[in-house]
Amino acid sequence: MRVKFRLYRYNPETDAKPYLQDVELDIEPAGKMLLDALIAIKAQDETLSLRRSCREGVCGSDAVNVNGRNRLACITPLSELKEPIEVRPLPGLPVIRDLVVDMEPFYRQYRSIRPWLINDDPEPEVERLQSPEDRALLDGAYECILCACCTTSCPSFWWNPDTFVGPAGLLQAYRFIADSRDEATAARLDNLEDPYRLYRCRGIMSCVEACPKGLNPTEAIGRIKSLLVKRRV
Amino acid sequence: MNTRRFDALIVGGGGAGLRAALQLARSDYKVAVVSKVFPTRSHTVSAQGGITAALANVDDDRWEWHMYDTVKGGDWLGDQDAIEFMCREAASAVYELEHMGLPFSRLDNGKIYQRPFGGQSKHFGGAQATRTCAAADRTGHALLHTLYQQNIKHRTQFFDEYFALDLVRDAEGYCLGVTAISIETGEPLLIEARATLLATGGAGRVFGNSSNAMINTGDGLGMVLRAGLPLQDMEFWQFHPTGIAGVGCLITEGVRGEGGYLLNKNGERFMERYAPHAKDLAGRDVVARAIAIEIAEGRGCGAAPNQSGGDYVHLKLDHLGEKLIAEKLPGIRELAIRFAGVDPVEKPIPVAPTAHYMMGGIPTNLHGQVVAPARYGPEEPVPGLYAVGECACVSVHGANRLGGNSLLDLVVFGRAAGRHMLDYLQDNPYPRPLPDDAVDASRARLARWERPGSERVAAIAEDLRRTMQTHAGVFRTDAVLREGLEKLDELEARLAHAGLADTSRVFNTARIEALELENLVGVARATLVSAIHRTESRGAHTREDFPRRDDERWLKHTLYSRVGDQVDAKPVRLKPLTVESIRPKERVY
Repeated sequence: MRVKFRLYRYNPETDAKPYLQDVELDIEPAGKMLLDALIAIKAQDETLSLRRSCREGVCGSDAVNVNGRNRLACITPLSELKEPIEVRPLPGLPVIRDLVVDMEPFYRQYRSIRPWLINDDPEPEVERLQSPEDRALLDGAYECILCACCTTSCPSFWWNPDTFVGPAGLLQAYRFIADSRDEATAARLDNLEDPYRLYRCRGIMSCVEACPKGLNPTEAIGRIKSLLVKRRV
Repeated sequence: MNTRRFDALIVGGGGAGLRAALQLARSDYKVAVVSKVFPTRSHTVSAQGGITAALANVDDDRWEWHMYDTVKGGDWLGDQDAIEFMCREAASAVYELEHMGLPFSRLDNGKIYQRPFGGQSKHFGGAQATRTCAAADRTGHALLHTLYQQNIKHRTQFFDEYFALDLVRDAEGYCLGVTAISIETGEPLLIEARATLLATGGAGRVFGNSSNAMINTGDGLGMVLRAGLPLQDMEFWQFHPTGIAGVGCLITEGVRGEGGYLLNKNGERFMERYAPHAKDLAGRDVVARAIAIEIAEGRGCGAAPNQSGGDYVHLKLDHLGEKLIAEKLPGIRELAIRFAGVDPVEKPIPVAPTAHYMMGGIPTNLHGQVVAPARYGPEEPVPGLYAVGECACVSVHGANRLGGNSLLDLVVFGRAAGRHMLDYLQDNPYPRPLPDDAVDASRARLARWERPGSERVAAIAEDLRRTMQTHAGVFRTDAVLREGLEKLDELEARLAHAGLADTSRVFNTARIEALELENLVGVARATLVSAIHRTESRGAHTREDFPRRDDERWLKHTLYSRVGDQVDAKPVRLKPLTVESIRPKERVY
């Protein structure tokens, strides 16, 4: 059947400004994902640029804005989408070309939370022990795929990309704070105790709605905030 | 061409590349990683079930038993010195990942969780072992992110979204670095380094039905072939038994490790017939063949009204219960619901074999040094050039890889190669002069894609995948393979007339796909020629016209070279480092 798409197009070498392109594609939507359709469109018109890799929702390459919502193209069923299917690059980041955005502001915030385990004790010859209960605290945090669906759906990040860590970065900060093996909780909290870095989050939960992995950054942010409150009293 | 200079260069940002980079980044040397995707988008992220090491956290275990299983799993084609090295180093490599912060699942006593996996035994072929360490069913994701985090900590220099083009070598064969192209700007770049490591991953996208990420296009293999170096054992491709039918996405062997099993359309646990002892946890090649036979003989599920049997079998796990599935296999549930429309808590998942892993690759020794036949022997190191991970063939997986050994291969040999590169840099403190024609071949390759052409890259790539699926699949014969090679000749002729409709500079992914197709074609040719050559059945290479393993003639590695499609051989190393050799015998599960 013919499916109607409206694609955001912009090639800085030839286009003075971005435009929306209407495209029709012959495709049977049953069992197909949006990424299948975008690849089929690209097979007809190679000038369309997008990122993609695993095509199963674990690498985080193909986050795009679909009918107003940030999603991973590879796990978005075509049949669920209202036509014309409008596909745009993620909002709030500079567009390089078509559906490809410059992710560096997002990655910079990720790096800013020191996303690695900090533990300066001598290493045992075997594993450090961690109870299943302590390990369970990481569930819902370690699974983040850095697709940026959440952070680029957050108005606070749109206005403060240089100063607000954003939901993905804060979720990762929480992942290390929550890890019983990490010894840097105080320093991590110091790093976030800032009107912009953490407290630009207004709790509107756009991030929760956007996360394709079903994670809840708002809840993690809430836990960081309550840890900060606790250590003040 | 713009030039950057480092001491060491890693091509590829997956688990192998990042582990090696980490070793170098902790030293005083300057190391750069070139990756065509942001590193956490690499295919390591898709690994599910785990990483195998005889930690004995659940049950008695010894690395010697792991070694035996790996030799047997590889149908005796693996080099026993490399296998001993890997299995010996396994525990320390896993503990090290834990220390880095990898969020392994845990046992009640706080130790790393381990699950049974295919081909594992205690006491050299006895009862099932429990050896694969897991972070739920997201072990690759956890491993890749942990290694990337460590590299951020140690300030590795990343060239993200740069596509490597060619190796740069001098007249004496030293590798001096690589040429690359920035995907974002289209600018070519020469990166000089005294030591270069290829960690470019697999090439599973040469098949139509594949578990692999779309980026798995054998780029390092193409670079090596163009440099006139051989590829080893390219006839050996693993078809994973349980890809989601019609889609190819992987369903981990961990499902069967946790107690899931396969059923045909009659509801029969058919693996009992093929592997009475190990059943659903036999080697992957054994299970994949069994499924293919069930389907071919009309016992597949989901038949259309006019068919006797459909083209998949069922993977049943609902009896494991929702709690265990939520704890240990949450990612699988998500994939099955999304891609098969089935919630495995209630219903079986439709599965069929899917191209998964390349046992062959760039020949190396156990330090990760690339080796090739030269003046003094069949295995002389190519100075300054290393390879690790799926792109390499060290060879620990032989003719069939065991589940859980791939992530292990990445970290053990990534670390070993990193260590050896440090020694090499010390012994070779000065960069060698660059030849005048160092970048000519790469420039010509890029210029070739500026010329118009009548054929389209996407169409040729599609035909290539279909050809390989039909002609180099689970079951092979001389006639089928040769017909595939003829079709490949036609595809290569078309490729010569292909052109890009889009020659713009900025983020031109059409150009990258064209360059990837050139690499895939090289991989396809190496596969078909090597498979025609090997007239026996061993591990994953099944010749219907030569159904038996033939140790007298074929207990040896294949070396394929591009010039004249030449095939040579080199012996399998049956002598381990310290323990007794495991002599070839019949492989039964």
